[in-house]
Amino acid sequence: MKNKKISGAEAVIHCLLNEGVDLVWGYPGGAIMPVYDEFYKFQDKLKHILARHEQGAIHAAQGYARSSGRVGVAIATSGPGATNLVTGIADAQIDSTPVVCITGQVSSHLLGSDAFQETDIIGISMPVTKWNYQITKASEIPEIFAKAFFIAKSGRPGPVLIDITKDAQFEIFQYNYKKCNGIRSYSPYPKVNDNSINEAVKLINNAKKPLIVWGQGVILGNAEEEFKNFVEKSGIPAAWTILGLSALPTSHDLNVGMVGMHGNYGPNILTNKCDLLIAIGMRFDDRVTGDPKKYASQAKIIHLEIDPAEVDKNIKVDVPVIGNCKESLKMITDKINKRSHEKWISKFDDLMKIEFDKVIESDLNPTKNGLTMGESIIAINEFTRGDAIIVTDVGQHQMVACRYANFIKSKSNITSGGLGTMGFALPAAMGAKMGAMEREVVAVIGDGGYQMTIQELGTIFQLQIPVKIVILNNDFLGMVRQWQQLFFDKRYASTEMINPDFVTIAKGYYIDAERVKNRKDLKPAVKRMIKSKKPYVLEVCVEKEDNVFPMIPSGASVSDIRLD
Amino acid sequence: MEKRKNYTVSVYTENNIGLLHRISAIFLKRHINIVSFTTSESEIKNVYRFIIVVKMTKSGVERIIKQIEKQVEVIKAFYHRDDETIFQESALYKMKSSALFEERHIQNIIKDSNARIVTVNKEFFVIEKTGFREDTEKLYNDLAPFGLLQFTRSGRIAVSKEKMGISDILNNFKNQK
Repeated sequence: MKNKKISGAEAVIHCLLNEGVDLVWGYPGGAIMPVYDEFYKFQDKLKHILARHEQGAIHAAQGYARSSGRVGVAIATSGPGATNLVTGIADAQIDSTPVVCITGQVSSHLLGSDAFQETDIIGISMPVTKWNYQITKASEIPEIFAKAFFIAKSGRPGPVLIDITKDAQFEIFQYNYKKCNGIRSYSPYPKVNDNSINEAVKLINNAKKPLIVWGQGVILGNAEEEFKNFVEKSGIPAAWTILGLSALPTSHDLNVGMVGMHGNYGPNILTNKCDLLIAIGMRFDDRVTGDPKKYASQAKIIHLEIDPAEVDKNIKVDVPVIGNCKESLKMITDKINKRSHEKWISKFDDLMKIEFDKVIESDLNPTKNGLTMGESIIAINEFTRGDAIIVTDVGQHQMVACRYANFIKSKSNITSGGLGTMGFALPAAMGAKMGAMEREVVAVIGDGGYQMTIQELGTIFQLQIPVKIVILNNDFLGMVRQWQQLFFDKRYASTEMINPDFVTIAKGYYIDAERVKNRKDLKPAVKRMIKSKKPYVLEVCVEKEDNVFPMIPSGASVSDIRLD
Repeated sequence: MEKRKNYTVSVYTENNIGLLHRISAIFLKRHINIVSFTTSESEIKNVYRFIIVVKMTKSGVERIIKQIEKQVEVIKAFYHRDDETIFQESALYKMKSSALFEERHIQNIIKDSNARIVTVNKEFFVIEKTGFREDTEKLYNDLAPFGLLQFTRSGRIAVSKEKMGISDILNNFKNQK
């Protein structure tokens, strides 16, 4: 490759290959056509998957990144192609997903002239990207791509966007690639401070009622092993945020469930009873803390966090441990005493019994006629044996799936957490499957979100991506309806939907599909779906007006969690 | 309630077109009003310095500094109280030349305020004054009765009393490599 003159467009391909990329999601258009011409020439080395909408492409790249741990790549043309990526970019930013987006741009002499399909995607994407850059000369391509991949995956990962003018794609230049190993203004891995470790160790060794709350940082830091060792040596009960789910197996003795708005009763109540809260790779989102003034105010708080901007942002902490938790967890584990907290843990068991009697029993073993979301998830657990990647959309089904799905392996829970992007799951699931072909991927989606990106059935069909799609259909935008019922006096404004025949639609895409309405048909249908080697759609018609509990009403304290 | 104060935020950055937008967006997103915003090349070649004056709480400005430093091309950000910096603003006052000759009092105002005349021609003259906000404000109030054709004031420029150590940060990076 050295000393060879090539076009900017061809350089884009070589940069991707140099970064180890073998799969790109995208959608062509005028301003990116030179690059697509190179995709054609390099199709044996670099696979490009045509989504049916740019939003589908970016969510697929996110799903791919999250199941594989690699950088996802999405590519689109200028103007509407680029703006259609924005929702996914914002989603990747708030959920720290490493994605590189490439957009075409009008030729540099047309910039600022309101040319056909010109849009200021640099300006538009700036607040939702970790970094972005507009390339107007081919010679910039190698350095900018190297930087983009380095920035996307290092430290706290995030989305990066590169906008390339069409003339830069055509321009011939001398290509020379050098990987990026550092940027002088950017320190992605702050060094762990020994003093903070010692302070944390002291607090942990002296705590009587400690609680761990972990987030996605454990997964992004590849720190699952170090985390498990810490939990087991300290003997401290550990609860997860929605994005932390699957970092520790669901069945682990010290896994006490989910915190937050629809989390478990025990960890929410006991957040306000513990004497030490150890937050690991999480950012105290308002959906986790409820009213921050009434959040763990009785407890000392240790915060293990790679991003200094997250420390003291929402909740003031006593001991910040800044750095990669893969490092800091090991340092802490080495120094703490081996302990167990049986009496304290029994409090979690007691509260779990209450939650089981009031909520879980009727979710999972309902006596009413209509199917519940909960029993649908349990049926999936049974046939995947908890070994699947579960991709969820946003809403009631998401909360139910996260509450009841079983996980054995990490990187198995893929959902839109921070942004709450409806329409995420279907494209993210096809991305997740391509990122982990050996694993079963089950998308669980509500009837609302499904219809936001339903066109990706076309991509799934064309490539025969064997994802299993479960639609939990209640003919409602269920979560909004639940809020309307609880807080808006049952005024169901624009939440009821008359839905199309989802089975016919799937079959229109030549995808196997069936519908289940009765309890006795549920398990056999799930079994058929899991056994299938092909893409499969299973519509489960569930009770129309079920609610998700427990629930912390918005703005209330975590200890004001309601069971009904 | 934590009290809001004036803080001078100094940001050292790489020379990149988009950074102005990125940094101002951090304030915009949090609905923080920027009192003044100035940028220029710093003491180090190709390293730029933003001086942003904001009125906010101490904990608020601490959070903002971290958000600014999080940007990839920001080298370092600082915040200082007024008593921790040396700061000045500049103002220009454009007036009709006839006023200078007809109103003798104006000459005294200029002399007393330590302002200086930048240019004089047949139609107008321009006065420049550098100082604290109160100084340029006072001169404005003194001159206004005689008729100001134009008035403009720069944002704050400031240097800190403490050492900033940007060169050390940049050298450390070089040594690491």
